Amino acid sequence: MAGFTFNITDMAAMMNAKDVVTKKIVELVKENPKVCYINSDGTGHSGPIRDIYEAYPDRVLDVGIAEMNLVTVAAAMAKKGYIPFGQTFGPFLCVRALDQIHNDLAYNDLPVRLIGTHGGLTSGYGPTHNTIVEFGIMNSIPNMTMIAPCDANQCVKMLDASLTYPGPIYIRIPRGEEPAVYNTDYDYQIGKAIEVKAGKDATIIATGSGVYNSLQAALLLQEQGLDVAVIDMHTIKPIDKDAIVKAAQATGNLITVEDHNILGGLGSIVADVLMEAGVPARLKKIGIPDTFISLGYPEEIYPYLGFDGPGIAKTVLEFCK
Amino acid sequence: MAKVNLKDVPALIEKAGDIRKGICRSARYAGNVHIGGPLSATDITVALYYKYMGFDPEDTENPERDMFILSKGHNGILLYSIFCDMGMHDWHELWDNYNKIGHTFGPHPNRKLVRGIEVSTGSLGHGLNWCVGFAHANRNEGITSRIYCLLGDGEMEEGSNWEAIMYAASHKLNNIVAIVDNNHCSASFLSGENIQWNSMADCWRAFGWDVREIDGTNMYEIDKTLAALPAVDFDNPGKPVCIISNTTKGQGVSYMMERSYAWHIGGLDDEKLAETEALIEAYTAQQQERKG
Repeated sequence: MAGFTFNITDMAAMMNAKDVVTKKIVELVKENPKVCYINSDGTGHSGPIRDIYEAYPDRVLDVGIAEMNLVTVAAAMAKKGYIPFGQTFGPFLCVRALDQIHNDLAYNDLPVRLIGTHGGLTSGYGPTHNTIVEFGIMNSIPNMTMIAPCDANQCVKMLDASLTYPGPIYIRIPRGEEPAVYNTDYDYQIGKAIEVKAGKDATIIATGSGVYNSLQAALLLQEQGLDVAVIDMHTIKPIDKDAIVKAAQATGNLITVEDHNILGGLGSIVADVLMEAGVPARLKKIGIPDTFISLGYPEEIYPYLGFDGPGIAKTVLEFCK
Repeated sequence: MAKVNLKDVPALIEKAGDIRKGICRSARYAGNVHIGGPLSATDITVALYYKYMGFDPEDTENPERDMFILSKGHNGILLYSIFCDMGMHDWHELWDNYNKIGHTFGPHPNRKLVRGIEVSTGSLGHGLNWCVGFAHANRNEGITSRIYCLLGDGEMEEGSNWEAIMYAASHKLNNIVAIVDNNHCSASFLSGENIQWNSMADCWRAFGWDVREIDGTNMYEIDKTLAALPAVDFDNPGKPVCIISNTTKGQGVSYMMERSYAWHIGGLDDEKLAETEALIEAYTAQQQERKG
């Protein structure tokens, strides 16, 4: 399909998702009197979020270091007709406040948008600050939508799309220093995967920070004569079943790439779809082995786990032999 | 199904007796239900629904309404009995179809199934956090109605409560009224057997709340306390208010009060129901003898 170009210049087009997302949040709060923004000691002592915190005392809140409160307060604002965005460190949001997500967002079925930052291993702060479980968790909670944008610009598109989307959404953003995948405009729809590169020999289905690295891998493989497609599976739930089935039928070799525990994540969800559809295809899952990775920044961990372009290319090549 | 407004205390006492009977009949006809906690919270909840909230069974979504958040969600049967009494729902739906697939009423209230329920609860320690969000939303729109939250003393062991408690006082959300039904018994322990509060009132005070500790079995005292709540004034906000309502689990039914730990959940047969209704009538008559 293609139709647009993707970014192939390594770190040159690096974006800062947090800044871009912050700018978008500020814009939404200012433009839409129904948008609220709730943080957990992330307002900052000065800066753009602090400014709106001062300016809109009943619509821009900071609950302090109290993630459980954050989630339920957001649910209550949604019940009152507001569109709340609640943002904090991923692990404390989706693990510590899981009871609140399960009951107050999902069971009560209220349109809260949770933004969990530092997705996967991107924090570099060790297992307490890594978030490696949320795909599996959110996938098994009824009413939830789970999104993992791959770059800052997609975050912005996703925030816009979320304004009118029903029910609760968990948005997983990485550290915020990921290179841009896309450098031209494109249509973005929650639940609709994007084929960022066509290919006939195999398909990499990637999400979040894995999309950029998968593209790098596909380029390396091109040089070695392997024509690999890359799909940006930005929505984990509801998963785009058609895209998976089509890819399986077209190439027969699927590789999933995610910065998430290998168990219960994108790879497992893709496997579910394949089995249920009865489509014969081979599947290789690239993800975090079922273990706690104690030390290291993503720049080191990604190559170590084979998540970087060359690492993914090596795995794909072996798989397609 | 018009709005009910019981002005005088004897009428509220009589209504509390009716609701207690409704709860106990449910324990006969619906099967095992949570019973001790709903009975201890009956008096103050009746005073709110039949007098102070101006609750309108025909207009439960009015943005300016007072709200009642049942944080101790296992007291659903108390609200169901009030709603059935008001004609919002049918007693037979409650008694014949309790916890049945495709029906209305279950052990914990679901806001989508039971009209009148503000939020689906059941997991403890969520109600006050809901109140914080509602309080901000109302203040943002200049709505000065109150948000009442009913909690259990056992429930106060949940840490999430204290996140909301410190936040609400810090941000002067004085449109919240927290009510702790201090019935001195959780599912397993009598007060002080396990967790030591020393003084629950002091705990709330230390977090910046205006605490009023009352005899939650005395409708005159409940009435005075609710009548004397400070006005919600966003320009001169005071502290949020916590009412600690001292009761006994199973309040109104002597044999349950004596062994309250055995009556967290219970069912009654015909004979036991007849005995229980007689006890409730006697208890209600005694309450009418009390003076303000």
